[in-house]
Amino acid sequence: MAEYWSNLAMVTSAVVYLLALAAFAAEWAAARRLEPVEAPVGVLVGAGGPAETTDEPTPAPADERARVRTDMFGRMGLGLTVIAWGSHLAGVVLRGVAGNRFPWGNMYEFVTAAMLFVVAIYLVLAFRGVRWLGLPVALLAVVGQGLAVTVFYVAVAPLVPALHSVWFIVHIVAAAVAGAAFNVGGLFSVLYLLKSRAERRERTRGYLAKLPSSSRIDELAYRFHAFAFPLWTFAIAAGAVWAEYAWGRFWGWDPKETWSLVTWVVYAGYLHARATAGWRGTRAAVVAIVGLACFWFNFVGINLLVSGLHSYAGI
Amino acid sequence: MADRRTADRPARRRAPGTLRGSEAVRFLWTQLTSMRTALVLLFALALAAIPGSLLPQRPTSPVRVREFIAENPQLGGFYDAVGLFDVYASPWFAAIYLLLFVSLVGCIIPRIGVYLRGLRAEPPATPRNLGRLPAHLALAAPADGAGLLDSAERVLGRRRFRVRRLEDSVSAERGYLRELGNLVFHVSLVFLLCGLAWGSLFGYKGTVAVVEGQSFSNTLTQFDDFTAGGAFGAQQLVPFTVRLNTFEAKFETGPVQRGAARVFRADTTTVLDGVESRQSLEVNHPLVLGDSTVHLVGHGYAVDVTVKDPKGNVAFAGPVILLPQDGNFLSVGVVKAPYARPERLAFEALFLPTAMDTDGVGTSVFPDALNPALLLNAWHGPPKEATGVPENVYSLDTTGLTQFTTAEGDKPLRFTLRPGEIFDLPDGSTIQFHDWKRWVSLQVSSTPGLWLVFISVLVAVAGLCLSLFIRPRRVWLRVADGRTELAGLDRTEGRGGLDDELRLIADELGLDERGRGERVLAPSAVDDAGSTGKGEQ
Repeated sequence: MAEYWSNLAMVTSAVVYLLALAAFAAEWAAARRLEPVEAPVGVLVGAGGPAETTDEPTPAPADERARVRTDMFGRMGLGLTVIAWGSHLAGVVLRGVAGNRFPWGNMYEFVTAAMLFVVAIYLVLAFRGVRWLGLPVALLAVVGQGLAVTVFYVAVAPLVPALHSVWFIVHIVAAAVAGAAFNVGGLFSVLYLLKSRAERRERTRGYLAKLPSSSRIDELAYRFHAFAFPLWTFAIAAGAVWAEYAWGRFWGWDPKETWSLVTWVVYAGYLHARATAGWRGTRAAVVAIVGLACFWFNFVGINLLVSGLHSYAGI
Repeated sequence: MADRRTADRPARRRAPGTLRGSEAVRFLWTQLTSMRTALVLLFALALAAIPGSLLPQRPTSPVRVREFIAENPQLGGFYDAVGLFDVYASPWFAAIYLLLFVSLVGCIIPRIGVYLRGLRAEPPATPRNLGRLPAHLALAAPADGAGLLDSAERVLGRRRFRVRRLEDSVSAERGYLRELGNLVFHVSLVFLLCGLAWGSLFGYKGTVAVVEGQSFSNTLTQFDDFTAGGAFGAQQLVPFTVRLNTFEAKFETGPVQRGAARVFRADTTTVLDGVESRQSLEVNHPLVLGDSTVHLVGHGYAVDVTVKDPKGNVAFAGPVILLPQDGNFLSVGVVKAPYARPERLAFEALFLPTAMDTDGVGTSVFPDALNPALLLNAWHGPPKEATGVPENVYSLDTTGLTQFTTAEGDKPLRFTLRPGEIFDLPDGSTIQFHDWKRWVSLQVSSTPGLWLVFISVLVAVAGLCLSLFIRPRRVWLRVADGRTELAGLDRTEGRGGLDDELRLIADELGLDERGRGERVLAPSAVDDAGSTGKGEQ
């Protein structure tokens, strides 16, 4: 029974995320009618809290209508995201109820749980003035939830003995939260690349003009990566402790272990790159995106292509 | 971490023409310990680790490596030559991480020196022009300048700043723990590597299959498979025995994930130092015996059979371990009776825990033994001299053997036994299948440096958190020329809230001033101190 409602809630959330994506896309499209903005001269050092809105140029009267429309679509997108997230949350909780255990025992459950964290982070940000991340977050949520309900889905079942451990909670939650933060950080890095390219052209138009300065986006990207990195380190360490109990060795170069180390090393490279002349800015952002690609490959590619000790329960 | 090298090294002066020996060494050292090299080595490490996850690796799946080489002789031979089948033990992989660690040590040692010297250092002198700093508040001059500086010392001290009183100003700094965390993190990585090296030098790992009702003693000869580090000595093996009383396995019988494992529990009796105790061994609950741990890493079926020769003498009796071939535990093995006379006997065995006959081919449809059947074919041949050459117990070498055939003599003899059944072979010998039993694969291991590894990781994570979450900040207050200025500087990126903190400090000082110093925000200061994106038009 709970399983039926969980599935229904998951599918609903995927559909409503799609609607939110449409609304956010409309917001970006409507913003194209906005007047182009001259790039700010120089970049400010030091930044305030995350609560401020973006650079608001003095609106011309003809510009006003486009601005209102843009804002309306943005609000619609956020509202739909809230609804979708509520349904998503219900789906994850009911899944746990149906299985009578924590709902992250297979690929389907991990994706839905991690996406729940991603959107939760976004919602916190959105109510602190960072609604502009809506389009990429909604896109990620649609792809994630969509793949989960169509491709990765497996029916509820108890866990195999290898997962009967307290580390099942610690290791996987740490990995899911770190993964969510890496994803949000990666989205900021993508937007940073777009915005900084626009700034170099000294003329930004459309939605990019509504975004804060590239240095502010970079700072947000850094904060999320800086939060996720120690957590990811911890997730790997917790996994090693668990592996020592379950498999009698804390590190065995299992494909999943290898790729989590690769991901870790790339993100370590990102943090170092930010402190190296010639690597700050664009290059560091590219490294962060490569790190995210590694994370995704570790999750999707390794699960589906390579057999290893982390293969459980269908996929 | 993030500011392992905050400033770039000044471009090194290169002597025209050739470098002298010491200069060349110095140049190389500088290059190796530079941040850029560290970055390149990090990426090289990430890249080098990848092939090992995509190609089969000898330590974990030797069979698949053999298959790969058999299927692609040329490519496989090349991969083998460059160590791609054992990436993580290859010299080039070791070269990358060792260089990385040398680079790390070379970078971190000078910084430890700098940190220790700076540990008791005072905050820097107040800059001449505070208005140029990223955050700046201009306030009205107070009546009592010295009193304001006194209370600023108190306020900043309460906010955990290290405070230095200067003639007309107060200089304050906090966040010294960031660099400490950074250093601790990198030093723990070195300890981590030492712990890993320790474990792999002095550790050992062996596996052994034990059938229900049998025991295992921790001596070298009893292992089926054993690997140990270079510095390991056999006397390190703690003498203990483990007896497997029973092994319980349960599988999913419901519609979802039918056949998936649900419970594995081994009931064991262990003897260590003469102390006998009964312990349960499960997947996530290894046995700890001395400094060794015993893990449950696999299981399978064994068949208990008795072979009698035509005279009725027992030629073989006992459980024979069979190896599972698929998820439903279709298991294969060999029953050998080399001492049967007049001819030695051997049987190829196929055990089906839940047998199902599909088109004359026996398969197993469930991993539990719900409908057990033992399929056999039989061989006979002249007795062989005992040569002492070890034989594979799981496969049959049929040289010198002839297969029994059916009465018509045209087809090889095949027969199926259920538990308890006996089969009479054409030559008068018999084989009886008493019952099936389970066996477990036990992994016995000891990793001496384990505690060092885990403490290093723990400390590393703590250091990492300090280095990423502590944000060093400097604040100055100057009372001079009828003006009071409060200014701040963040020494790391990704930090907001500097202006807020300045305002809070100003508030606290204002309260201390009891309204005497009326606070005025200079228009220019608002712009300067305003947050990003504001005041930019």
